[in-house]
Amino acid sequence: MADPRRILILLAHPVLERSRVNRRLADAVKDLPGVTVHDLYEAYPSMNIDVKREQALLLEHDVVVLQHPFYWYSAPAIIKEWLDLVLEHGWAYGQHGKALAGKLALNVISTGGPDFAYRPDGFNRFTMRQLLAPFDQTFHLCQMKYLAPFVVHAAMRVETDEDIKPHVRAYAALLASLRDGTLDLNQAMAAQRLNDGAFTPQPAGNA
Amino acid sequence: MSDSILFQALIYLAAAVLCVPVAKRLGLGSVLGYLLAGVIIGPDVLGLVGNAGHVMHFAEFGVVMMLFLVGLELKPSTVWQLRRPIFGLGGMQVAGTAALVTGAGLALGFSWQVALAVGMVLAMSSTAIVLQSLGEKGLLKTEGGQASFSVLLFQDLSVIPILAVFPLLAAGAAVVGAPAQGARPGWLQGLLILGAVGLIVVAGRTVVRPLFRFLAGTRLREVFTAFALFLVVSIAWLMQQVGLSPALGTFLAGVVLAESEYRHELESDIEPFKGLLLGLFFISVGAEIDFHLIAEAPLRIAGLLVGVIALKAVSMLGFSRIFKLDRPARWLVSVGLSQVGEFAFVLISFGQASAVFGDEVAKPLVAVVALSMLVTPALFVLLERVILPRVTAGAAKREHDAVAHDDAQVVVAGFGRVGQVVARMLRMSGFGVTVLDLDPEMVDLLRRLGQKVYYGDASRLDLLVSAGCEKAKLFVLCIDEPDKSMEVAELVRRHFPKLPILARARNRQHYIRLWTLGIRDIIRETMGSSLELSEHALRNLGVRAHTAHRIANRWRAHDEKALLDMMKFVGGPDRNAFFAEARKAMENFEKTMREELQGTTGQPDKGWDNESLRNEANARFAAVQAQAAKASESSTTTSTT
Repeated sequence: MADPRRILILLAHPVLERSRVNRRLADAVKDLPGVTVHDLYEAYPSMNIDVKREQALLLEHDVVVLQHPFYWYSAPAIIKEWLDLVLEHGWAYGQHGKALAGKLALNVISTGGPDFAYRPDGFNRFTMRQLLAPFDQTFHLCQMKYLAPFVVHAAMRVETDEDIKPHVRAYAALLASLRDGTLDLNQAMAAQRLNDGAFTPQPAGNA
Repeated sequence: MSDSILFQALIYLAAAVLCVPVAKRLGLGSVLGYLLAGVIIGPDVLGLVGNAGHVMHFAEFGVVMMLFLVGLELKPSTVWQLRRPIFGLGGMQVAGTAALVTGAGLALGFSWQVALAVGMVLAMSSTAIVLQSLGEKGLLKTEGGQASFSVLLFQDLSVIPILAVFPLLAAGAAVVGAPAQGARPGWLQGLLILGAVGLIVVAGRTVVRPLFRFLAGTRLREVFTAFALFLVVSIAWLMQQVGLSPALGTFLAGVVLAESEYRHELESDIEPFKGLLLGLFFISVGAEIDFHLIAEAPLRIAGLLVGVIALKAVSMLGFSRIFKLDRPARWLVSVGLSQVGEFAFVLISFGQASAVFGDEVAKPLVAVVALSMLVTPALFVLLERVILPRVTAGAAKREHDAVAHDDAQVVVAGFGRVGQVVARMLRMSGFGVTVLDLDPEMVDLLRRLGQKVYYGDASRLDLLVSAGCEKAKLFVLCIDEPDKSMEVAELVRRHFPKLPILARARNRQHYIRLWTLGIRDIIRETMGSSLELSEHALRNLGVRAHTAHRIANRWRAHDEKALLDMMKFVGGPDRNAFFAEARKAMENFEKTMREELQGTTGQPDKGWDNESLRNEANARFAAVQAQAAKASESSTTTSTT
C-alpha cells in the first residue's frame, strides 16, 4: 500500500471528564499524523447526529475505530444511534451500498473485567470476540474488514498515567502500523485481540 | 298598523326566533325553520304579513351576500381545480335537465317556447338552501359537497345567458332586446360588462387592500363593518347597472379578496347580515306559497312536485355517474340539488314580464318551486339518515380524508416571534394552520414575506368561529400581552370547551392565571432560552457539551416539578399557604439540584462510571491475586520439596 491509511477514531464516552482510560488513550493519539479523533458526545450533546457530515468523514478515512467503554457488553448509546443512522441502506450496505467497501474497522475498548473473565469458563462466559459479534457482522455487511479489538482490561484499576502507559504505547503503535500498512490484515482479522503488538491467538476448543 | 315597518320587523323576527331553534332541535335544519315560519305568518295561515313579494325582493340581497361569502371561501386556485365539475357536470346538469323538462312540456302540449323556458327555470337549484344545509351538516368539503357547489356555481353563471334568451322566446317578439339592458347596443353592453368585471378584479387587488389596512389601523370595528357592507352593496349596484347578476359580481369580488389577509375579518362582518337576510328570504318564500291554488288542485300540484323532484334527482344520478363521482357523492348531489331554487323566482317573474308565459303557467310554477324548497330539508334528513349511511359504508374513509385536507387543524393566535416559529413548524409538518394577529403592519409585512396570516382580533368570538375553532384540533395561544392572552383564553374556553389550548406564559403570574382557567399545557416563554443560555455558558466554561446538556435537562425537570408542586396550592382558600408552599418548593428545588450536581447524594449518572462497582472489582481482584500468590507459593514449596 503506497499511501498511508487515514484513521478516524469515533470516541464515545458520555462522561469523558470522569474517564480514566479512554480520555488518556484519545489524548495520546489525537496528534498522530493521519489520525482524526471525533468526540461524538461533544459533537452531538443531544444525540442529533448529522448523518451527511458523518458519512463525509467516513469517506475521507480508510480505517474506522470505535473507541468506547464496554457498557453492558456493548457500546454507549450514541454509538448505536450512530450505527443506526449513518450506515444507511443503499449507501453502506445493500445492493447499491458500497461506499465503505474495503475499509477497515475495529473496536477499541476499555472494560472492567480482567482478560480471564472473558473466557468460556470465566464469569462473563464469552470471549471478547464473541461478545463483539454484532459489530463484526455490521461491518462485514458493509463489506469492510473487521479486525480484532484492542482491549484495555481491568480498566477499573487504572488510576494514574503510569498505570495506562503500556496501553497508550501499544495503542499508538497499533494505529501507526495500521496507518503505514505494516500490520498483517489476515492475522489481525483472525486474532483474539490486537494488544501488545503481538496477536493473541484464538483459544483452541472454546466450546 | 300592520303595515308599519316596526310591526313587520317584529313579526318576521318573532317568527324566526320561535321557529328556527325548534326546527334545529328537531334536526330539520334552519332553512326548514325559516320556511315554516314564513308559512305560519303568511296570508293563508295567520295572515300577519301582507305582500311578502317586496320583502323577498329585498331579502334576495341575502343571496348576494351569501355568494360573496362563498367567493371568499374560494381561492382562484380552487375554482381552477373545480373547472371540470363546474363546466362539465354543471353544464350537463343545466342543459340535460332543461332538455328533459322541455320534452315533458312538449308531451303535455305546451308550445316549444314555453316548454323550453320552463325547462330552464326548473334546471335551477337553490344555492341558498343547499349551501346552508351542507355547511350546517359539514358536508361542504366532501366530494359530493364540492360537486354540488360546482353545479350550483354553473347554474348561477347560466342565469345571465338565460335572461338574455328569454325575450327571444316571447311569443311573436322576434327582435326584442332584453329590457334590463335598456337600449344599449350589444358591443357597448359587452364592453361595459368586461369593464365592470375588470374593475372588480383590479380594484380588489390594488385599492381595496390598502383601504382595509388603513381602516384596520383605526381599530374602529363599525367602520370596518360599514366598509365591508359598502363593498358588497356597491358591487351589486355596479353589476345591476351593466346588466349582470349582482350575485355573480359579488361572488367574483369574494374570489378576488379570498387571498387577502382580511378574509376572516370580512367573513365575520358580513356573516350576520347574510344570515338575517337569507332567513328573511326563506321566510318570504314560505309566505309566498299560494295555498288556495294548491287547495284547488292538490293532486295536480303534488304530481308536478314529485315529478320535478324525481326527474331532477334521477337525471343527476345519471350525470354524476358519467363524471365518475363515488356513490355517496352521487346521492348527495342528486338528492341535494333536486329542488328548484331562488333564481327560478327571478326567472319566472322575468318570463312573465317578457310575455314568454302567462299567469296560468307562472302561478303553479311558483307553487311547485316554493314547495320543492319546502321539502328539501326533509329530503336532506332522508339523505343523511337513510341514504348516506347505506351507500357510504365502503367509501367512508375517503370522504374523511377530503375533509381533513382543507380544514384548519390548528389555530394560532398571535404571530409575533413565538407564534411565527410555531405556525411555520406546524405548517411544514403538514398541518393546516390559521394564524390571527392584530397588528396590521405586522400582518402586512409577513404577508409580503409569503406567510399566511389574517388580520383580526382573536378576542372576537365571530372571528374565532370563522378561523375554524369549531373544528380545530388545537388552539395555540402565542399572544405576548398577558391581559389580552387571558381574554382570548377565557373566550376559547367558554365557547369551545373541547378545543385543547396550548398557551405561552409571559411570566409566573400569567402562568398561574392560565392554570386557574384550567389550562394545563403551558409553556413559559423564557424557560427554553434561559436553559439554552445556561447550557452554552457551561460549555464556554469547559464543561463537556453532553454534560452541560444533561444538567440543563435535569434543571428543567426539577423546575417543572417544583412549579407543579406549587400549583397544587393555587386557588386554595389560604393565600399564605400558597406562598409558604412556593418558598418551600423553591428551596427544595435548589437543594436537590445542588446535591445532584455536586454529587453529595451520590454520583449523577452512576451507570456510566460506577464507583461502587470499581471498589468491588478492585477488592475481588486483590482477593484473586492473593489467592494466586498463595497457590504459587505452595506450588513452589511443593516443587522444591
